[in-house]
Amino acid sequence: MEFSEHIKTANVEDVVLQQPLHPPSRGTLCITGHHLLFSHREEQDSSGQVLLLLRNIDAIEKSVENLSGYLGPFTNVVNSKRASGSSGTIIIKCKDLFVLQLDIPGMEQCLNIAQSIETLSCLDCVADMYPFFYRPCDAIFCDQWGLSNPEKHYTEMEELLLSTSLRHWRQDTRGRTPPTISCRGLPNWNHDVTGWSHGDAGFVLPRMQSGFGHSVQHERWRLSTVNRDYSVCVSYPTAVIVPKEISDDTLKKVAKFRQGGRFPVLCYYHRKNGMVIMRSGQPLTGANRKRCKEDERLLQAVIEDSDKGYIIDMRSAQQAQQARMTGGGFESKSCYNSWRRLHRHMERGKTLQESLIKLVEACADKSHNMGRWLSKLENSKWLSHVQTALSTAGLLVECLERDGHSVLIHDSDGIDSTLLVSTLAQLIMDPSCRTLEGFLGLLEREFVQAGHPFQQRCAHSAFSHARLQQESPVFLLMLDCVWQIWRQFPLALGFSEALLLRLATEAYASNYGTFLSNSDMERHAAQVKDKTQCLFRALLKPREREQYTNQLYEHTELAIWPSVHPQSLQLWRGFFLRWTQQTRHLEEVQQEIRNMVIESGKTALSF
Amino acid sequence: MEHIRTPKVENVHLLDRSLGQRKARVGTLYLSATHTMFMEKHPEASKEIWVLHSMVSSVERLPTTQAGSHLILHCKDFRIFQLLIPQEKDCFDIHSSLLRLSRPEKYSELYCLSSNPNVNKEERKESWSFIDLMADYKRMGVPNNLWVATAANSEYRICETYPSELFVPKSATPTVIVGSSRFRSRGRFPALTYFHQDTLAAVCRCSQPLSGFSGRCQEDEMILQAVMKSNPGSDYIYVVDTRPKLNAMANRAAGKGYENEDHYTNIKLHFIGIENIHVMRNSQQKIIDVTEMRSPSMTDFLWGLENSGWLKHIKAVLDAGVFIAKAVADEGVSVLVHCSDGWDRTAQACSVASLLLDPFYRTIKGLMVLIERDWISFGHKFSHRYAHLDGDPKEVSPVIDQFLECVWQLSEQFPCAFEFNERFLIAIHTHVYSCQYGTFLCNCQKERKDMRLHKRSHSVWPQLWQDRADFTNLLYKAELSQCQGVLRPNTSPYCFKMWKGLYNHAERSTPPRQSPADFLTAVREESQQLEEELTNHQERIAALTGKPITWAKVEVKKRIVQARHRGPDPPTTYQVPAQEAVIQNAKTKNPSLSPPAQVKHFSRDHSPVSTDLESGAAVLSGLSSRAGDECKDPETGFTTAGTNFFKRQHSERLQQ
Repeated sequence: MEFSEHIKTANVEDVVLQQPLHPPSRGTLCITGHHLLFSHREEQDSSGQVLLLLRNIDAIEKSVENLSGYLGPFTNVVNSKRASGSSGTIIIKCKDLFVLQLDIPGMEQCLNIAQSIETLSCLDCVADMYPFFYRPCDAIFCDQWGLSNPEKHYTEMEELLLSTSLRHWRQDTRGRTPPTISCRGLPNWNHDVTGWSHGDAGFVLPRMQSGFGHSVQHERWRLSTVNRDYSVCVSYPTAVIVPKEISDDTLKKVAKFRQGGRFPVLCYYHRKNGMVIMRSGQPLTGANRKRCKEDERLLQAVIEDSDKGYIIDMRSAQQAQQARMTGGGFESKSCYNSWRRLHRHMERGKTLQESLIKLVEACADKSHNMGRWLSKLENSKWLSHVQTALSTAGLLVECLERDGHSVLIHDSDGIDSTLLVSTLAQLIMDPSCRTLEGFLGLLEREFVQAGHPFQQRCAHSAFSHARLQQESPVFLLMLDCVWQIWRQFPLALGFSEALLLRLATEAYASNYGTFLSNSDMERHAAQVKDKTQCLFRALLKPREREQYTNQLYEHTELAIWPSVHPQSLQLWRGFFLRWTQQTRHLEEVQQEIRNMVIESGKTALSF
Repeated sequence: MEHIRTPKVENVHLLDRSLGQRKARVGTLYLSATHTMFMEKHPEASKEIWVLHSMVSSVERLPTTQAGSHLILHCKDFRIFQLLIPQEKDCFDIHSSLLRLSRPEKYSELYCLSSNPNVNKEERKESWSFIDLMADYKRMGVPNNLWVATAANSEYRICETYPSELFVPKSATPTVIVGSSRFRSRGRFPALTYFHQDTLAAVCRCSQPLSGFSGRCQEDEMILQAVMKSNPGSDYIYVVDTRPKLNAMANRAAGKGYENEDHYTNIKLHFIGIENIHVMRNSQQKIIDVTEMRSPSMTDFLWGLENSGWLKHIKAVLDAGVFIAKAVADEGVSVLVHCSDGWDRTAQACSVASLLLDPFYRTIKGLMVLIERDWISFGHKFSHRYAHLDGDPKEVSPVIDQFLECVWQLSEQFPCAFEFNERFLIAIHTHVYSCQYGTFLCNCQKERKDMRLHKRSHSVWPQLWQDRADFTNLLYKAELSQCQGVLRPNTSPYCFKMWKGLYNHAERSTPPRQSPADFLTAVREESQQLEEELTNHQERIAALTGKPITWAKVEVKKRIVQARHRGPDPPTTYQVPAQEAVIQNAKTKNPSLSPPAQVKHFSRDHSPVSTDLESGAAVLSGLSSRAGDECKDPETGFTTAGTNFFKRQHSERLQQ
């Protein structure tokens, strides 16, 4: 498409820009196909420039004033420009909650600019979006696009297995007997007291098929390419990890029994005890309680020699019941008797989006009334969602790490809260997910590849006046939860708050192709990997990496159990009050801490 | 001693909710004249807990159960101890003894006056001269040609509750002062509290005028005029009445009230709306209730917070300070502050303003000086407000709590601007209530003199100063732009948080979650060591260059690598030194794994008060293990999968 069609006025001189934390400045405004550019009149260097991705604009409000009176429909553009009194104001509200105001001389110009912004900020076609045009000077196009993919994940799992098995094997040959398994239904706490960490025994000892050569394959899990042409599940990537004994044909049948074709796949392998997190869509049992033998077999294969597993259903029991009326359902006790189902209600979709809108509105309240603020904060329910998400993730970790059983997690579609909770659980449990690379890899695996529909969910943010469709700030909620963990364990995560803020911005509007489209399939069709740059790779370039590293980071093998007490959870000021002076102070503090650590590092180096 | 019937009880179970321990400790309870002591009987880690009688705010005896009698001690620093005493009679005795001991009737019963272990005259004298208020006035440039010292109150004749040394406008004659004091409630005439050298504007304080509906007083009008004249830069002053306007108007009916703008020339009256001590007392009780909620949902918590009104009151106090600071620093206008008697809200407003105006008060020493001046010397009624003696409960109110909380809120907003940390504020808070030192005793300077307090007790400030390493904020950086000059805080409601560190000891004393401050301490110590080594080496090299090289081995000090990473969950690490903690972490992955089982056990059998929600891990464990047991299929009807879930279920059902 031709962007120029939508740009009637490309340049306006003498525009006054007002933005938070800066004095008003006067300069030139310029609209291009993808950007809004404001350059300061006096300062020639880039410091006086504001470059805004049009995609980042959530809503605009325009008001025009024509002091010299109505000039009539036949007045041409030149005349109206001369009409000294006419002017307009555009207030631009961005998806990253930045708000700026432009005072534009000339009513017509103002309206033209507003029109262009309105059209260009919500283009629907993926191929028209900026990532396809973005060419940084150090652009790289290579085969390896992202950081992680199912194949790599599987290989890593294999490696983990190899190293742990070697250890177990050595111990076994020394004649140690693994502790007995408690077969009662109650979680046996004593297991944990023996401590998995120094690996003295696990009750699931992966038995190796052959020697320890390169040909070693995981004994219980395999990489399946049943979805290689996206025909089995549109939202899954081409390769997924499934129990070894389940054939591709069985998987196809299971896919028909699960919402969106999302049959249970492995998303995390806990190396301390060999237990796994599986995720899927809801089973389509429907009103007549349909069964699917293949599905039951698959789940049985997951727990194999363990006595039970947990299913965490992220709907209330009632909702799960009701879902049967519309063809969905839940795993009933009688058909899946080794699985215990736990229901945890988590809001999603529209409710979550409305919650975000209310919260942002509360933050913008200027009334200086404490009661009103607290009641609006409460009323937005955002922090309740944070609490639920974190405690559900904690529950998952508890089932897996403390209780030592595998977990299947799903809601109805399996593309929103399921991914949110499994991501958080992995962050809590797995130290390798807490480094910068590890975290980005985790997001890529659990959100991008797992089929979180970014394009639909992040089409609009809190300011938009558009009617809500598929928008839902699941990814933002996840980042908020990660921030809560980061705040409670400032030394345990290898990345900084700045990274979370950057990701929150990039998910809604980006130069990079990472968050484009809704699924792997769509990205493949749009050739995202060939034609755009990868954000995660860019974030790991030395200069960026420095900025996003947590200087206080220290590796710990321990699980980091977040506190979910209301007093321990706070509003994420860094994001929701990002453009206030107060947040600036806190940023200065972070900088101060960095300096101190770097300073001491230098002292140590001088030896 | 005559109040102690049973000095020792064996086999007492301590269920210490506030320490976050999920395991009851068994030990012996002792009652002394000054302390309640609990000695744990444990072969390895025996723990002692000492609670000063003066820290006990209430003792509660629960109905006797089979296991014994429960006694709950609520402390003034918001700790709660729950004791299980085997014999009912012992419990009864302890209860009645504590009731009496925690409410002393005479000053002489208080700890700082009753026990005087090593009386060192010199030391004591020195301790009292540690904070020198006159030196501080000198620091702000007073006396000068605008403000002078007055001897009018040197014998406390004009005003009993004021200090003997006061500064007034140069043009205010003794007659004017005396006249004005007769027109002010309790004789508290306008006197200087802070002088801002940059603008020559001043902060003065007094009490409400006895104006009624139409009364006026020439001398009072003259002294306000004098205050204005002492600031060459402006032709009016602000009179800040910190009360809500309605309260001030109501006072007029009782012959008090506020300045009539028609009678006083060049004043601008401004009301702030800080509520009275009774409202504050109730509000604090509500926020304590919020922290004691068993397992609040987010909604319960936020609703409770809003309903308590506490943060609203904190904001009001801070707003008062901000208004005064702005007037003085930005407009260069002097301010006269008062409330009713001028010793509660006025003290709050003036001290917050000084803190904002002058970086000195943001240092450890500075805050001591500030409290000594605006609170102690100007007659804040410590003994009444903090119930040092058994007295009128209506006089009790958390006035200084609010000031300390304002400081804390500011330190959250400007983490680099304060030399001290949260611990310092909490330590001050504790001492205000504890009566371990004489500093906060009595209600005014005159009482202290009459009591010969300086001869009978010690001052707390040198003690706190000695421990300053503990109270130092490592991020403090005076050079940072945000810390210089006048602090300009944002007082939007979203800037206020609940002060978890003060109110929730449960969270405070559970194994410390990771703190950047501790990390930085370790880092700093390490670099200091390295630097020392470096100098050592350099000296050696310098020594060697002149001489032939000797191959003597250089003794390099071994670096102590601090345990920076405090394990997140294991409560056991809380008591062992940091070094061992790491080893322990490595050995047992999750030492806290066994306790959750006991949580259940406890909440079921012993304790009527569940400890569940104290840390995330505990909550989760409680929920999941129960969920594992009881979760049934929807077909057969759902029982609970955790309490919260049950609640929600229930409400959903109700809605239908």
